[in-house]
Amino acid sequence: MRELNVRADFGLGWLEASGPHADIVLSTRVRLARNLQGHAFGPRIREEDREQVYERASRAVERTRLLRDGVAIEMATLPRLSRQVLLERHLISREMAGEHEAGPPRGAALVMSADERLGVMVNEEDHLRLQALLSGLRLHEAYQLVDSLDEELGSELPFAYHPEFGYLTSCPTNVGTGLRASVFLHLPGLVLTKEIGKVLQGIGQVGLTFRGLYGEGSEVVGNFFQISNQTTLGKSEEDLIDHLQEIVSRVIQYEIKARSVLLRDAPGVIEDKIWRAYGLLRYARSLGFEEVMNLLSGVRLGVSMKLLPGPSVYTLNKIMIYAQAAHLEQGAGRSLSEAESDLHRAAYVRRILASEGDIPAEGSGTGEAQGS
Amino acid sequence: MRCDHCGTNEAVIHLTQIVNNQMSTFHLCEACAEEKGLEPGVSAGNFPLTDFLAQMGKGAEVGAAAPPGACAFCGLRMEDFKKIGRLGCPHCYSTFEAHLRGLLRRLHGGTQHVGKVYLPPDPTEAERQERLAGLRRKLSKAIGNEDFERAAQIRDQIRALEAAQNA
Repeated sequence: MRELNVRADFGLGWLEASGPHADIVLSTRVRLARNLQGHAFGPRIREEDREQVYERASRAVERTRLLRDGVAIEMATLPRLSRQVLLERHLISREMAGEHEAGPPRGAALVMSADERLGVMVNEEDHLRLQALLSGLRLHEAYQLVDSLDEELGSELPFAYHPEFGYLTSCPTNVGTGLRASVFLHLPGLVLTKEIGKVLQGIGQVGLTFRGLYGEGSEVVGNFFQISNQTTLGKSEEDLIDHLQEIVSRVIQYEIKARSVLLRDAPGVIEDKIWRAYGLLRYARSLGFEEVMNLLSGVRLGVSMKLLPGPSVYTLNKIMIYAQAAHLEQGAGRSLSEAESDLHRAAYVRRILASEGDIPAEGSGTGEAQGS
Repeated sequence: MRCDHCGTNEAVIHLTQIVNNQMSTFHLCEACAEEKGLEPGVSAGNFPLTDFLAQMGKGAEVGAAAPPGACAFCGLRMEDFKKIGRLGCPHCYSTFEAHLRGLLRRLHGGTQHVGKVYLPPDPTEAERQERLAGLRRKLSKAIGNEDFERAAQIRDQIRALEAAQNA
């Protein structure tokens, strides 16, 4: 296992826009919460125990087929900005980045497999959070991956397990399977047709929950919704995954239907909205992050509905990550004020769209206005 | 938090609506929610766990046995748990077992884990048998779903475990 600093595109395989429904489903994540016997959980653990947990985990990782060729990054060895970058890539949690306190918790580390599809957060709220992160809608594949890693680590480390309650976790909302499967969906059609409220209400009634892009308590930005299982105990892992797969597939069908309704009832309005979004991204001189997310939503809808000939979904995914504050600071090589950040953001978006997603102004998706 | 509608009662229903691309949250008391035809459903909302825990000991839990003192391993007390919503260590689950059962039932709809059965390093004979039983349950389910690829994987796991047992 190598120890590395954060590479320019480290851990971003889930942006590649491959996998089923990649235009609507940004990514699939399945995580398993596990704790070691003999130590208190994250919130009550003694400082020296944190080091021991990391050491035990590292030794076990070395013996796994899936992780031994990967990398281990101790949060304390990283500068603040690199931790922020990892957070913006959804690879570590806010707590691990050490946003609120003086620094990251002692012994907090991220282990990633060589192919970057599997990772382990060490010394989070739970000692270990195993996760698989894939592009598109691939729940079964993600679960199988993380399950294999769980088998490997579980045969090396004694996990805290109870015959009745299952795998024991710091928070009782995770106990049992310790499994949280989440799918990131882009649902502008349901938002524009005002059907989203009904859909989200329905999701709550079938034991699932939704959040914004940045996890618990975060606002919905750019019409991105994270749908995941709410309960973890009393159902098998396969049933939890199957259920989420079934509901998410249904939501995707609703979204596709909403889009066709929009195109049927208001094609001119939709096309204008999409091209305006593209125009602003392509030429604006100052862009806030939330503004970029909302404009990207319009462009993504256009690309997905084939109303815009480009850019690729991959390019749009990249912008979502690289247009965030820490990424812009990393690119600039210095800290940026909010106003400066908006200028850098607009410059970055213009540059990437010019090189990867330039569209002639006459290009028209519906073909109505196209001459021969 | 006060009810957004009447402004007097404590809000118990938190409703998130998305209208015209704008998300807004309403906080309503039970009476106003009922008036608006919103039933307080068990899993209908995203409620913070600490609020939920504060409700523990009221209603269904009244009359339950007094909580045991502190966890012998980590020192966590029931009132700490109610404040932070996190248990201190694996032993807390045994220490507060009786109380947790009620909570887990309300959070998850049950208390019995039916997922993967853990096989620790150097398992005992009983742990191996538990694991085998769990795998056999999974196998019959996979066969029932005609997921033969998965069934073959589980069958291999069962064979490996049986071979280790006989070795």
